[in-house]
Amino acid sequence: MTDSPMQQRLAQFRHHGIPVVVVMAVVLVAWYLGAWAMNAPGAIERVMPEGGAWGWQDLLSATLSMDRPVLPAPHQVAQDFWSSLVDWPLNSPRNLMFHVAVTAESTLWGFVMGTALGLVLSVCIVHSRTLDRALLPWIVASQTVPVLAIAPIVLVILGSLGFSGVAPKAVIAMYLCFFPVTVAMVQGLRSPQRIETEMMHTYAASPWQALWLLRLPAALPFLFPALRVGIAAGLVGAMVAELPTGAQAGLGARLLTGSYYGNTIQIWSALVMSALLGLTLTTVVAGVERLALRHRRQA
Amino acid sequence: MMRSRSFTAGFALAGLVGAAVLMALCVGKGQAPPSAGFWLLTVGLGVWAVLSVRYVAGLDGSRMDGTMTAALFGLWIIYFWQLLVMAFDVPRVLLPPPSTIALSMFEHGDLLWGDFVQTVLKAVLVGWALGSGLGFAVAVAIDRMPFLQRGLLPLASLTSTIPLVAVAPIAVMWFGFEWPSKAAVVVLMTFFPMLVSTLAGLKASGKLERELMYSYAASYTGTLLALRLPSALPFMFSALKINATLALIGAIVAEFFGSPTTGLGFRISTEAAKMNMSLVWGAIVVSAITGSLAYVLLVKLERRAAFWHPSVRDA
Repeated sequence: MTDSPMQQRLAQFRHHGIPVVVVMAVVLVAWYLGAWAMNAPGAIERVMPEGGAWGWQDLLSATLSMDRPVLPAPHQVAQDFWSSLVDWPLNSPRNLMFHVAVTAESTLWGFVMGTALGLVLSVCIVHSRTLDRALLPWIVASQTVPVLAIAPIVLVILGSLGFSGVAPKAVIAMYLCFFPVTVAMVQGLRSPQRIETEMMHTYAASPWQALWLLRLPAALPFLFPALRVGIAAGLVGAMVAELPTGAQAGLGARLLTGSYYGNTIQIWSALVMSALLGLTLTTVVAGVERLALRHRRQA
Repeated sequence: MMRSRSFTAGFALAGLVGAAVLMALCVGKGQAPPSAGFWLLTVGLGVWAVLSVRYVAGLDGSRMDGTMTAALFGLWIIYFWQLLVMAFDVPRVLLPPPSTIALSMFEHGDLLWGDFVQTVLKAVLVGWALGSGLGFAVAVAIDRMPFLQRGLLPLASLTSTIPLVAVAPIAVMWFGFEWPSKAAVVVLMTFFPMLVSTLAGLKASGKLERELMYSYAASYTGTLLALRLPSALPFMFSALKINATLALIGAIVAEFFGSPTTGLGFRISTEAAKMNMSLVWGAIVVSAITGSLAYVLLVKLERRAAFWHPSVRDA
């Protein structure tokens, strides 16, 4: 039985798409119910006329359109999200894209630096037994330090050295990015089998040639999942780094101002935006991965 | 063997004496800029440090040698940190020397203990246990329902790209300033890694083994308990280890968004604002030690529980 591509796609959607859609619909319904239940006490207290002259429809519409709800309804978040994109120019702090640009910039810088650092470290560790034994345990330990705890310190130190703006945030994003890259690359660079390294040896290949021709290609399938983890972690780092600066720009700063003023809808739309940003960044990395590994049969 | 041992002792002693002399010189210096002789000695000791780490790394022996290498490396780093900060008279605000940090930790022991109880023993421990437990329970529950799995897994992997610490302000709004709001953030952060890992682990048992269980007419529960859960253990432990760090991070960051007047995150943010860097570093040391201890404990537990697994046997 040979299905046409259209039929195949339909079957695939039925298999994978429908469960996702159903689960998302359930989440959405639960969200509305939750919004109704959590906002109802506040609405009865503040919005509804005294004396009970209101029906359940009034209560429902009131809970779903409050100014500062405990849990904003999905359509409220969507509205705020959309109006922030459309109603303000791109360089206004009221436009979410402005904050996205600020956060994405430090995330990407941190990601590039962290990846470079992770690659260098992993090559050194693979080639030196001393570094393997002396450094690797500390790299693991460095991640059990709640990374974000050092954010204020890094900001203070770099600030007093005259660095401000992107640099301190990028450094924190880097600290979160380099670890997955290092660990995965150490594993990946060691993944060629003995018979392959011995063949390089019989060809009288130098360590550099062995690294370039054998180890690096073999490590690529390990590298890309680490990059995806790394860029997501870098985004968290960049956002948290925006908190203690008292910065006015960036998704983290937007969250903080939202929580200062009790503006729940703003918090939620910033949250949705940061989820979208994270999704975009990892999708881009996944796309690069597919391009880079397309010649492999089972990457 | 004897010769090598006395050689090692002499080597270590020479390093110790050199380090002590250099430190004494440095203390005498005070404000004066370091002289050329001081630099020569420092560079010499640096070479010595590298050599000693190399020497210990070259020892071929038990697992202890690896630990010793790392420990020696760490000691030298701390030593040079202390030495250079003192020699250059670096402002305390920039980088306090380790001795000042240790002193500050000792002086503010009660304060830090209170923070530790608040953040780690309440928020992190409760959140971690609840989040991991829920993730495990849900994974086992939906293991039998492929429909739910196919619907839930893409969403779960989607959440791994969402910066979940960002829900901290919402949690503070819902659950108040005390530790439950931090625990709620931790639950959310630890739930998905555990769910995804457990589901992957439940698929890890081999086809042959499952068919064997089938031929024994084992029930679903029997197969789950005797075969699939044990083979899922390594996956679950790796999630638990990741979660231990995540939980600590989540609780500390959540405290930046509002907390009572205790907690490691509160301490870090307020003391950093007051430029009291030695106490900030003290709080960081506490959390680092906590994180590392949790990691080591989990590794030990994993060795006990999943002793048969290749990754454990090879280590």
